[in-house]
Amino acid sequence: MDIIETVFVRNNLVVAFAVVGVTIWISYFLADKLTNGRIHGSAIAIALGLLAAYFGGVATGGNTGVADVALLGGIGLMGGGMMRDFAIVATAFGVQLRELKKAGLAGVISIFAGVIVSFIVGAVIAILFGYTDPAAITTIGAGAVTYIVGPVTGEAIGASDAVITLSVAAGLVKSILVMIGTPLVAKHIGLDNPQSAMVFGGLMGTTSGVAAGLAATDPKLVPYGAMTATFYTGVGCLLGPSILFFIVSAFY
Amino acid sequence: MIVYGVALLSACLILGMVIGEALGVALNVEANVGGVGIAMLFLVFASNSEKFKTLTEGSAGSGIKFWSAMYIPIVVAMAARQNVAAAVDGGLLALLAGIAAVVVSFALVPILSKIGNSPATDDQKEQGAA
Repeated sequence: MDIIETVFVRNNLVVAFAVVGVTIWISYFLADKLTNGRIHGSAIAIALGLLAAYFGGVATGGNTGVADVALLGGIGLMGGGMMRDFAIVATAFGVQLRELKKAGLAGVISIFAGVIVSFIVGAVIAILFGYTDPAAITTIGAGAVTYIVGPVTGEAIGASDAVITLSVAAGLVKSILVMIGTPLVAKHIGLDNPQSAMVFGGLMGTTSGVAAGLAATDPKLVPYGAMTATFYTGVGCLLGPSILFFIVSAFY
Repeated sequence: MIVYGVALLSACLILGMVIGEALGVALNVEANVGGVGIAMLFLVFASNSEKFKTLTEGSAGSGIKFWSAMYIPIVVAMAARQNVAAAVDGGLLALLAGIAAVVVSFALVPILSKIGNSPATDDQKEQGAA
C-alpha cells in the first residue's frame, strides 16, 4: 500500500488525468445507455464531480472537496484556477469577432443587471430572515452575487465572520445550481446562440458555474458566456462595498 | 511547432491577467477585473489576424485546440474540488439566497438577449414602437 500511495502522491496530476478520464468515460456511457443521450455526458460527469466533492469534504473536513483526499490531490491542481482559466481562454480560439460585437452591448448591460439583481435578491432574503444590520444585509446580498464578492465586501465593510461564512455558502449554492441547472433550463430560456450565451454569462457571473453549465449544454457557447462572466466578479467587488452598501445603509 | 500555439495562449492569458490586476488596482477593487475575458479577446484578435498565422495555423493551432478540448475534463476536476459540503452546511438562508438569485437570473436571460438580436438596437426599438 505504501508503494502505491507514494506513486499516487508523487504523480498526483497524472493520477487526476486518469481519474477524470475514467469518470468522463463512465458518464458518457451512462448518458448514452440510461438517458438515451437526453442528458449530456458532461452534465453527468460534472454532477458526479460535485457528488464526489461533497463526500470528500465531509470525509476530510477540508474545503477543496475531493482534492483533500491525499491520493486525489492532483484534482486540486487540474481543477484549480490556473488550469481553468488557461482552458477557458483556449476555447476562445476560432471565435468570430462579429459575434462578439453583435452582443457587446447586451453583454455589458447583463453584467450590471446580473450583479444588481442577485444582490437585491440576496439582501431581501437576509431581511426576511430578520437581519437589520446594513453590513450583514449587504454581505449576504454580495454572497448571492458570487462567493468571492461576498467575503471581499464583508471584509471591506466589517461584517461578522459568521455572516461572511454565510455569504460564501450562498455563493457556493448559486455556483453549484448554475452548473446543474443550466442544461435543464437552456431550451426554455433560449440559450442556444452566442448572443444569449454572452447575456447568460453576464447575468450568472459565477465563472465556475457558467463554465460548467455551458459545457454541459453546448461547448460551442462556452467562450461567449465565459467572456462576460469573468468581468462580473470584478464589477461585483466594485459595487458591493460602495454604492450597494450605501443604498442599504440609507434604508437601515 | 505545437509549443508556438501553447506559448501564444500562455502569453494571452498572462497579458490579460496583468491588465485585469492593474484594472483592479486602478478601481481600488480586491479582484482581477476581467483578466480572463481580456485574454480571450487577445486570442480572438490573434486567431483572426494574418500577422499571427505562424502561431495559430497547422500544428501550432493544434497546441491551442488541445487545451480547448481539455476544457471539459478540467471543468469536471473543478466541480470535484468545490466546497460542496460548506454549501450544504450553509443552512436555509444560504440555500434560499443562492436558489432565488439563480432563478431570477435565469428568467432575465431571454429578456436581455433581445437587446443582442441586432447591432442597430435603437432602430429596432423604433420599428417595434411604430
